[in-house]
Formats: sequence, structure tokens, C-alpha cells
Amino acid sequence: MNPPTISLSDVVFGYHQEGRAARVRSASKPLFQRLSLEIPAGTITTILGPNGSGKTTLLHLILGILVPEDGVVLLARRPRETYSRREMGQLVGLVSQDEYIPFNFTVLEYVVLGRAPHLQLLQTPGVEDISVAEAILGQISLAHLQDRSIQSLSGGERQLVMIARALAQHPRILLLDEPTSHLDLGNREHVLAILRQQAEQGVTVVFTTHEPNQAADVAAFVVLMREGRVLGAGTPEAVLTTAWLTQTYGVTVDVLEVAGRRIIVPSKPMSAALLAR
Amino acid sequence: MGDTRRSTLILGALLVALFVASVFLGRYPQPYWTPPRLLWEDPLAYQLVLNLRLPRIIMACLLGMVLSAAGFALQMLFRNPLVEPGFLGVSQGAAFGAALGIIVVGASSFALQGIAALFALLGLALSTLLARRIRYGGWTLRLILAGIAVSALFSAGVGLLKYVADPLTQLPELVFWLLGALWGVTWTETLSIVPVAVVALVIAYLMRWRLNLLSLEDKIAISLGSAPARERGLLLVAVVSATAAVVSVSGIVGWIGLIVPQFARRIFGADAQRALPGSILLGGNFALVCDDIARVAFAGEVPLGILTSLLGATLFALMMVAPAHTKSPHSAATPGEDHTP
Repeated sequence: MNPPTISLSDVVFGYHQEGRAARVRSASKPLFQRLSLEIPAGTITTILGPNGSGKTTLLHLILGILVPEDGVVLLARRPRETYSRREMGQLVGLVSQDEYIPFNFTVLEYVVLGRAPHLQLLQTPGVEDISVAEAILGQISLAHLQDRSIQSLSGGERQLVMIARALAQHPRILLLDEPTSHLDLGNREHVLAILRQQAEQGVTVVFTTHEPNQAADVAAFVVLMREGRVLGAGTPEAVLTTAWLTQTYGVTVDVLEVAGRRIIVPSKPMSAALLAR
Repeated sequence: MGDTRRSTLILGALLVALFVASVFLGRYPQPYWTPPRLLWEDPLAYQLVLNLRLPRIIMACLLGMVLSAAGFALQMLFRNPLVEPGFLGVSQGAAFGAALGIIVVGASSFALQGIAALFALLGLALSTLLARRIRYGGWTLRLILAGIAVSALFSAGVGLLKYVADPLTQLPELVFWLLGALWGVTWTETLSIVPVAVVALVIAYLMRWRLNLLSLEDKIAISLGSAPARERGLLLVAVVSATAAVVSVSGIVGWIGLIVPQFARRIFGADAQRALPGSILLGGNFALVCDDIARVAFAGEVPLGILTSLLGATLFALMMVAPAHTKSPHSAATPGEDHTP
């Protein structure tokens, strides 16, 4: 099977306030007005942009949690709405930001939940599903956590376990919402290594981040977003430039070459005087 | 996993043993014990066991199982380990419906069940709608506040019904029923709740692993191929109807739906695949023990609802202060931060 592409064309989407505010909804402008984007197959794509630029919304539109008011979302060249929920579960995995889990599952029990799209409605996981979960945990060096309870994990371990759950789906598309925020350096590199490994195995990986340096490090394709618009999309070399990034974040940045790697830093620390302006 | 299988077997065996023992526990011919040979020798003992004790024992079992399954399912569906039917307007709604039935329609068990189920669902709907509208606090707090308000409304309704009830015929029946008791349960009443109770228990059992998915955030459940709204709806209607059916016979029997699932998770872990069946078995045992105490221990019967509250609240308090023996610093009883689903 070829790795799947993701394609959005002319997507229109806006959040409307529920309840009493519904009467004034015509006044609110949609977040996405005719957004079009092609995400390449079998590589890592990074979505960069300031808070509120629509990164998470984009992931949710791809997954079908949100439905566009107009326009088309194609997954592996097929309209998203033609997939059943189970097919979607087998095709796309999601790691959301700060997932709250109210019950104290063990790591293995939680990762086995990722087998749901491969089971029938009333089926319970079998020996082979448990082996898949164990294999995934082994593959990303988490076998030692298997019997720990979710609530006893550190933030970094927790994030890795969330990713393991999504990988247990054997998804062909993996979506991650800020998978490295709040992580220390070691755990961050662990997460990025897993994403590289998945892309090498032909998974289409898409993740959002606030950190342009990560995009420079791992991405084959970078999307810059601001206020619901795609400012630029392309290879890191083409997109991660001073001009583009300055436009995206509204502060001037420098792009430095250090030992063959691109490092992105603010031109100079924002002074207090700038705030007063 | 071998451990939990053994616990399930032990609880199952205990339930069977308790069931058999309960047949011979009673206050005829002497306090505490009916010798088995009397069943053959004394026609009165035979009649008493067959027509009074047996339906009541079966009823107690079903009551414990249904309330525990309902509590467990509601906790997972509302993503909150501190939820039980009594907190969400379900029990009080059912009580109001059943009281209305007793006074307006007279007590036909099927009609009573129907009205109770209707008002139980109404109670749940009002609580969740109100919770969504409350403008402050996290989801857990809002749900509990809304549940308190809705329960209080229905309690007021029940109070009104008591006020207008005929003090000589309807009122005593109503009051004793509201305390939560299985005194004088007949075969007709027991058999009338069997269909709803069994259907709900089977649905909950079949969907036991699926419940885990429904306890996750909606977007994660959806990403795992689940249809949370539909699956939640099915389970809610099943467990709330069964709770209402039980309440229409027994009156309000509190705490079982909160305390039993908590203990089940302590024994079996959080995974509903094992903890839900465990909770059902544990609930059957708990209710049977409480009802045996209620009818055997004292010369005058103590209403079951009083005993379950007494025992349940005590155990709950002890559990809250006892250190958790799970591997985590937080126990399953931790309500956690507030999140709106």
C-alpha cells in the first residue's frame, strides 16, 4: 500500500457560539475561508503558526471531528466522508494535546484501547491485540512501563504512552497536536525519533508545534499558518526563511546555519519598550 | 490477569453461597435460622420460603447488580468516578414517578415501572441540560450541582405527593417505600423487573470493554472508530431504565451505585472489561448481605435503604482516608480536575 496523501481544497469552516449567541452568528467570519493544502505522503509534515492560527482545527478537519461547511477533504485520494468510522480509525491516529484520562488504567490496558478500530462493536481484545500493544511499547522503548498506572507517569512518559496508543491502531496517517510541548529535551528527542521511525515505515505524519527549530530538524514539509490562512507551504529550506517566519509570528527572527543545521532565533530579545508601544 | 479471574470466581461463588444461605436465613420458626428439613416437614415453612423469601432474595440480588452496573456505567460515561444514579436526578426522578404512580394510578407494577423510568430519564436529562448551562465551575462540579438541584425539585414533588396522599391508605405505603425496603416483595413484582434488569445487565456486560473508550475524551473515542453519542445513548437508556424499574419496587436504596464500583476498581483495576463484571457480582453480594441483615438481625425490619446508606457511607469514608494500595499516588476515587466532555 502506498502511503496516503492528505488534501484539502477550498475548505470553509468557522466556530459558531452555541446558545444565545447563535442569533449573531451571521456576524462572525469563518476561520478558514477557502483553505487549500496538499500534504505529501509518507513523510513528516509540521504545521507552524501562532496561537489561534487554526492548527488544531486543521487536524480536527482532517480527522472528521469537525466537518467543513464547504470544500473537500481527501484522504488517500478519497473524500473523507466516504470512510466509515471504523475505516477512519484504521486509517488515522490522533494524539491530542493534554488528554485527560479520569480512570487509572495501566499503560498496557490504555495502549490496547488503540486496537478498537480493528475490533467489532461487542468484541473484546484478544491475545493478538495484547501482543500488538506489547510490540508497540517495545518498539518505542517503553516496555518497562507496561504495568504502571497511567496516573503515576511523568508528563513525558505519559505523552509517549499516548503516542503508543495511537500507534497500536496501526494508522497510515498519524496526527499529533503539539506532541512535544511541556517535554524536557530527552523526551522531546524520543518523540521526534518515533515520528522519524514512523515516516520511514511509510506513515504520513502531521504534527503541530510552536517550535520552528523542530520543523527544521525533522520535517520534510512545513506549513506556515496565521489567522486561518496558509502563508506558505514547502520544504524547510524554502519556507523556514527570515521573511516567512517574521510574517508568521509578527516578530523578526534570524535563521542561522550552524554545523549544517538551521537554527531559528528571535533577532533580539523583545524589549520592555516594545511592549509599551 | 490471573488474579482478577480468581477474584471474579470467588465473588461468583460467594454470591451463590450467599443466595443459598439466604434461603435458610430468617426469623421462622426461631430467630436467624430455618432448618432445611422444615421445608419438607412444615408446609408453612415451605410456603414462606417459596413465596416470601425467594422472590425477595432474587430481588435483592437484581437490585444490587443493577445499581452497581448503573453506577459503574454512569461513572465511565460521565468520565467521573464520583457519579451515581442518586447524584444525577435519576433516583429521585424515579421515586417521584413511582410515587405519582402509587397515588394517581394505583400500583400496577408495569405502569409504575413505566412512569418511574420516564421520570428517571427526565431527571437525567434535566441534570445534564442544567449542567451545560451553569456558567462557572468545571464539568464535575456543574454536574453535581445540577444533580442536587434537580433531585431537590423531585424531592419537593414527592413531599407534595405525601401531603396530598390519603393518610390512612396511601401515606404509610408511600413512606415505607421511600425509605427503600424490600419488605413484602412478591413474585409478580420481582418477575416484572427481570426483563428490564436482565436486558440492561446484558447490554452493559457486552459493551464492557467499549465503556473504556467512552471514558476517554470524545475526540479520542471518535479517532478510535467509536460513535460516542450513539453508544452513550444506548447505555444510558439501558441502565437508567433498569435503575428506575428497581427503584419502582424497592424505593430509594442509596450508595450502592457509588461505593460498589469504587471497590470493584480497587480489586479489578480500572479496565471495565474486568471491573464491570466484578462490580455486578460485588453489588449482588453487597445488596444480599444488607438485605439479610435488614430482615434477620432485628425483630422489627430495618429498611434496606437505611442499611445501605449506613454501610456504604461508612465504607466510603474509610476508603477516602485509607491509603490506596494501587501503584499510583492517586486512587481511583480521585475526582481529578474538572473537564467538560
